[in-house]
Amino acid sequence: MSSAEKTHTVSEEEFMNKRPATPEPQKNSSEASDKESDMKNAHLKGDNVTISYGSEQAVKNVDIRFPTNKITAVIGPSGCGKSTLLRAFNRMNDFIPSASVEGSLIYRDMDLYGKDIDPVEVRLRIGMVFQKPNPFPKTIYKNIAWAPQINGYKGDIDELVESSLRSAALWDEVSDRLHDSALGLSGGQQQRLCIARALAMKPEVLLMDEPCSALDPVSTSHIEDLMLELKKQYTIVIVTHNMQQAARVSDYTAFMDSGVLIEFDDTGTIFTKPSVQRTEDYVSGRFG
Amino acid sequence: MAETATFSLGKSKKRSRWIEEATRSGFFLCALASVLTTFGIVFVLIREAIPFFQVVPLTDFLFGTRWNALIEPRSFGVIPLLMGTMIIVIGSGLIAIPIGLASAIYLSEFASDRTRKIVKPVLEILAGIPTVVYGYFALTGITPLLKLINDDISVFNALSASIVVAVMILPMVASLCDDALKAVPRALREGGFALGSTKTEVSLKVVVPAALSGIVASFVLAFSRAIGETMAVTLAAGATPKLTMNPLESIQTMTAYIVQVATGDIEHGSVSYYSLYAVGGMLFLITLGANLLSHRILKKYREQYE
Amino acid sequence: MSTSQATPPSEFNSALERRRFTSSLFKNCCAFLSWLCIGILGFLLVHIFSAGWEWVSFDFLKNPPSRMPHKAGLFSAFMGTIWIIVTTACIAIPMGVCSALYLEEYARKNRLNTFIEINIANLAGVPSIVYGILGLTLFVRFLKFGPSVLAGALTLTLLILPVIIIASREAIKAVPPSIRLSAYALGATQFQTVFHHVLPAALPGIMTGVILALSRAIGETAPILMVGAVAYVRKAPSGILDGFTALPIQIYNWAREAKPEFEGLAAGGIIVLLVLLFTMNSIAILIRNKTQKAQS
Repeated sequence: MSSAEKTHTVSEEEFMNKRPATPEPQKNSSEASDKESDMKNAHLKGDNVTISYGSEQAVKNVDIRFPTNKITAVIGPSGCGKSTLLRAFNRMNDFIPSASVEGSLIYRDMDLYGKDIDPVEVRLRIGMVFQKPNPFPKTIYKNIAWAPQINGYKGDIDELVESSLRSAALWDEVSDRLHDSALGLSGGQQQRLCIARALAMKPEVLLMDEPCSALDPVSTSHIEDLMLELKKQYTIVIVTHNMQQAARVSDYTAFMDSGVLIEFDDTGTIFTKPSVQRTEDYVSGRFG
Repeated sequence: MAETATFSLGKSKKRSRWIEEATRSGFFLCALASVLTTFGIVFVLIREAIPFFQVVPLTDFLFGTRWNALIEPRSFGVIPLLMGTMIIVIGSGLIAIPIGLASAIYLSEFASDRTRKIVKPVLEILAGIPTVVYGYFALTGITPLLKLINDDISVFNALSASIVVAVMILPMVASLCDDALKAVPRALREGGFALGSTKTEVSLKVVVPAALSGIVASFVLAFSRAIGETMAVTLAAGATPKLTMNPLESIQTMTAYIVQVATGDIEHGSVSYYSLYAVGGMLFLITLGANLLSHRILKKYREQYE
Repeated sequence: MSTSQATPPSEFNSALERRRFTSSLFKNCCAFLSWLCIGILGFLLVHIFSAGWEWVSFDFLKNPPSRMPHKAGLFSAFMGTIWIIVTTACIAIPMGVCSALYLEEYARKNRLNTFIEINIANLAGVPSIVYGILGLTLFVRFLKFGPSVLAGALTLTLLILPVIIIASREAIKAVPPSIRLSAYALGATQFQTVFHHVLPAALPGIMTGVILALSRAIGETAPILMVGAVAYVRKAPSGILDGFTALPIQIYNWAREAKPEFEGLAAGGIIVLLVLLFTMNSIAILIRNKTQKAQS
């Protein structure tokens, strides 16, 4: 019943054609071609991705594309495998000994799980922000400067710290206490610091794993504004359990359930006229 | 049948209250025994050291550089014994701390479950081997090995004692550091990895700094263990109180001196006999200080993560 | 449409090659040092067994110590160790478990109890030779027990009491509070709750801790050496006020001898001691594994 039970690598066109339901006839052609070109322009993609913890499959045969310079939200009930899928894209599951990833995960011309690919290289290009803010127990400045320094940043580190903090809309709040401990910041500020820390490495993709779930509404709206700003430069994938958030910020939405990708479409479609009943039940709050 | 009393509550209530009080007090007395032990140690050390300090001025004891307690002319300057202890402590620390910390980092950050299952029990076994065995090992195993390298080493020397003391404290350093590293939240490591750093960079620059207080506390505890270590140094390091920093020579530590006096045929009641308590008191104070310090460091570190 | 050419950010000189190399170098150094511990243990065991194996025999176990190496044995030392350890266990286990029960089940959070807790933690760090000084002064001289089994056992009791208390508290702490609540709900007194439910549930954990503490006591040399077991004792003790020698003491005496034969005897003694310790630790591990299985 689901589109995701497919095998083999598929091209973009095929992928478009194999959408779970027939394309809506009332959709005008310009919208459709927008989506088509977005899909063609998706550099981060997974084909037939299966992720298991031991014998238990957390993600099953998922095909997915994340369009460049767009925000894609992954939604679904808890335990549906959305975080697991996200973490696979910068090889964070490497640290769970029982986890194994099958299928192909590609970023541009890089096979993320290729034999000669160093996970460090993957993570340099694909940054991540976590559910709970996890600043290092160091100063604000060092939190941001650390990774560029070990990566031999050629430019001026002070400038980089400032510009990263500005991009994360945190500069005005912390510019006078850069050398204080990052643990003294509020939860929302800590999370923006973590975003700034990721931005300082100038990744091309930013994966966000429920970045607002530990934050209050004001901080949440700060981060949402920030995401809309950031998508001009970055490809953003956000996992969220908050459907309003997905509707507010994302361009595309993927709905997962029990490890299976049920439906993927532009956010408007998912939230107004989804083609699968389960998606409609979920987004309208009937389960999950 | 409600009026029939099935249980004689009144009587048993009285009895059970008595039992309650009795067990409670009995248990309390047992717990108090440990406090009495501490008081006993302090009392004994002070009382028996008084006759010593009536003869030897405290300043002579603390700052004197010659220890010659057993034969005339007697001299009771504790510095040589302190120095002997310090050579052992520094020597064993220099060996045990890097190896212990490296093993801990390996076990907590790199090793597979299988490796951990082999190395951890080995460390436990090393920790469980009696100190007299280590003394024997130093004397008959390490010293001949060192003699192969350098023939000038005396039979009793600080170096081989330091090496076995290092082996003794190494499991403690490794397992305490391992605990401290494990207590660092996984989210911090993930934060480091997500920024594109290697395992080594995350270990050394994120995890170790975050666990630093636990690591330092383990060093302090190891320091305290090395100071109090007795049998290995008695057997292997010699009985020559000497003001030297040369680990190839024979020396004497505070603990070895205590054993020498207690097991020798020194007249009970002489100044030499009472000097045992002065040295013992010093040993007790130093280790107590080190233990309190490490508890304080650890407490601070717990607050950080809760 | 953007090209699908990968362009790593140029502002960085990530030097991945070098960092990967440093990383694996560091990892291998740490691994080497970890495996070195195993090497040390191996060297130690090989050294001792090769020196002492030929000395271990039935005669070795049943002969008293002697000036002549080929007649020497460790019968009196072995029996002394048994006497000491049984006496220590009889005193230390009830005291330790009761202290732990008091601290976990009865003690309210007040100054005195906090002081007791801190005190126990500190006692665990006091060097064993200091206990020897205490035993020598208090039990041997002041209470006039002399260099006897009782004095040695009391000294070792004080030494391992903190270890037993700490281990027992851990085991008692691990008993789920729901057991206590349901016992109270059925109208049990605290005494009944503790002795019928908490203690039996914590017993395997306590036993593991106790055995480990006792095996530490068996190997302790300095305290009983201080108490006066250095004398040349040919006979096994027949009462707790008799003089004694013990395995580690005998090993110490032999190790100090200049003649190379005695070196072999010491190694033989060590083998007996290690086998004894190994047996006790195996029992402790067996109990631990059994209860872990039963609980899971």
